[in-house]
Amino acid sequence: MAEVTAKQVLFEPIFNNNPIALQILGICSALAVTSSLNVTLVMCASVIAVTAFSSMFVSVVRSQIPNSIRIIVQMTIIASLVIVVDQILKAFAYEISKQLSVFVGLIITNCIVMGRAEGFAMQNGPVLSFLDGVGNGLGYSIMLIVIAFFRELLGSGSLFGITLMPVVNDGGWYQPNGLMLLPPSAFFIIGLSIWGLRAWKGDQVEEADYKMSRHKTREAF
Amino acid sequence: MALKEFLHGIEHHFEKGGKYERWYALYEAVDTIFYTPGKVTSTTAHVRDGVDLKRIMITVWLCVWPAMFFGMWNIGYQANNFLLSNPDALMGDGGLRTAFISALAGNDPGSIWDNMIYGAAYFVPVYAVTFIVGGFWEVLFATVRRHEVNEGFFVTSILFALICPPTIPLWQVALGITFGVVIGKEVFGGTGKNFLNPALSGRAFLYFAYPAQMSGDTVWTAIDGFSGATPLGEAAVAGLEVVQQSVSWTSAFLGTIQGSIGETSTLAILIGGGVLLMMKIASYRIVGGVMIGMIATSLLMNAIGSESNPMFAVPPHWHLVLGGFAFGMMFMATDPVSSAMTNTGKWTFGILVGLMTVLIRVVNPAFPEGIMLAILFGNLFAPLMDHFVVQANIKRRLARG
Repeated sequence: MAEVTAKQVLFEPIFNNNPIALQILGICSALAVTSSLNVTLVMCASVIAVTAFSSMFVSVVRSQIPNSIRIIVQMTIIASLVIVVDQILKAFAYEISKQLSVFVGLIITNCIVMGRAEGFAMQNGPVLSFLDGVGNGLGYSIMLIVIAFFRELLGSGSLFGITLMPVVNDGGWYQPNGLMLLPPSAFFIIGLSIWGLRAWKGDQVEEADYKMSRHKTREAF
Repeated sequence: MALKEFLHGIEHHFEKGGKYERWYALYEAVDTIFYTPGKVTSTTAHVRDGVDLKRIMITVWLCVWPAMFFGMWNIGYQANNFLLSNPDALMGDGGLRTAFISALAGNDPGSIWDNMIYGAAYFVPVYAVTFIVGGFWEVLFATVRRHEVNEGFFVTSILFALICPPTIPLWQVALGITFGVVIGKEVFGGTGKNFLNPALSGRAFLYFAYPAQMSGDTVWTAIDGFSGATPLGEAAVAGLEVVQQSVSWTSAFLGTIQGSIGETSTLAILIGGGVLLMMKIASYRIVGGVMIGMIATSLLMNAIGSESNPMFAVPPHWHLVLGGFAFGMMFMATDPVSSAMTNTGKWTFGILVGLMTVLIRVVNPAFPEGIMLAILFGNLFAPLMDHFVVQANIKRRLARG
């Protein structure tokens, strides 16, 4: 692997190599926890913490891990960290922890965490791995925040629980878009953000699987 | 022909290198509406046939007209009937529509003219918004992506307008058709590459986003203060016997019932659909498949029976005339782009749609109507069906040696 700098591992995943928009990882939690910004921010913080520390710890013990059981070891480290995060949330932010319910526990299965541990931390030093974890966590967070912004604004007319557009049911003018409260709406927002991102950064566009030849015509007669 | 010469005269401005090159899509659209294109295919794959995409689309558009005119009449008929017994009820949303209706017509449910004017006051704005907003996106994408404006939009727009409830707010119409055209079609590359029916994806979006305006008891008649479920909705709640007390099979077949604008009259739909079938534009395999799937599943449901769910007892001929089944079967499931392409695939696709429609209607407690979701579901599976049909064909031919 080419030499990587701290700056690269920290900032590349935000737009150039976004885990959700380019690698299409971690979609499940992006659908599940984005109906309100408060919950989303807590989820983002948890994922950043878990990714960063799990990458660091895996990197510290990387030369001691027998190759054949490395996934199990990684999972053990990640799972322990997730339990720590879950306990902290239950102790200090019980309401939000209830709303997040199983999804904190499911960070264990978040492909981003596992992917960074296996793909980056196994080959690099602890500091770089830690920064890489933070960077990927940030890339994940930025997408989640964009999704949650639109879902909460259009679905309930508010941001962070503060009403910006009073909804019809409370005597306001805004007719809330019920689809935005349903998880599938995140698919549309993810898709549209990927479209926007690739229009901005053309090198992320995938090569076409096939190319249709142009329809050729000539003047009749 | 002066117009033809004029169009021909300005053509070079729009071709590559001309000063209005960007607007070629618009020029092409206007030109091909009036005249047959003066171009022929020069590469291989020649099909010598008078029926091209444009003629197919225009034919479908015309074949929807019986359902459209009947729908307009029915809006007026339902509302005027209610006015007859409740003279104090306000007409619709007041304002412009009411002024238009009272300026041109009275409120006699027996008069065709009065009913048509009343219906036109509700349908024409919906259709106009659909056409203008959807057309805007169509032209925008055609201009940016340098493809031609496709006549398929004629069909999408009228189908979308006809599957809305008459009282739908116009801004929701705009939002729905935007979703249908942009997300349902253009992001995948435009007509021919969309795997979902654009009109149905637009309606599904509205259905989930604004359920209060798309379903329920108050949206089906264009008048304030009226509350009444569609016969299908009523059957789901109270059972078919209750429906039969107020609506006979014949009136459900003729279409004098509550429902979305164009879907109520099975007769008008069958007339238009019959023409499409005879012209081989709509595939009889798909229509047949949907009928078989629907009849078989509802007979099965009748045989199973249920004490708590009255929908189990609804016989096939009632499924046919209630809700949007006929409209969806004739005009939506037969969409040549989003349905299956192979002959066996078409049968399978149709049967799946019919089966899912009845399943959703009968078993699913959340949605009284199933044809919209069933067709979208079928659309998703159509490429897979084609794939297996093609693979089976290849295998068979290889085995033949």
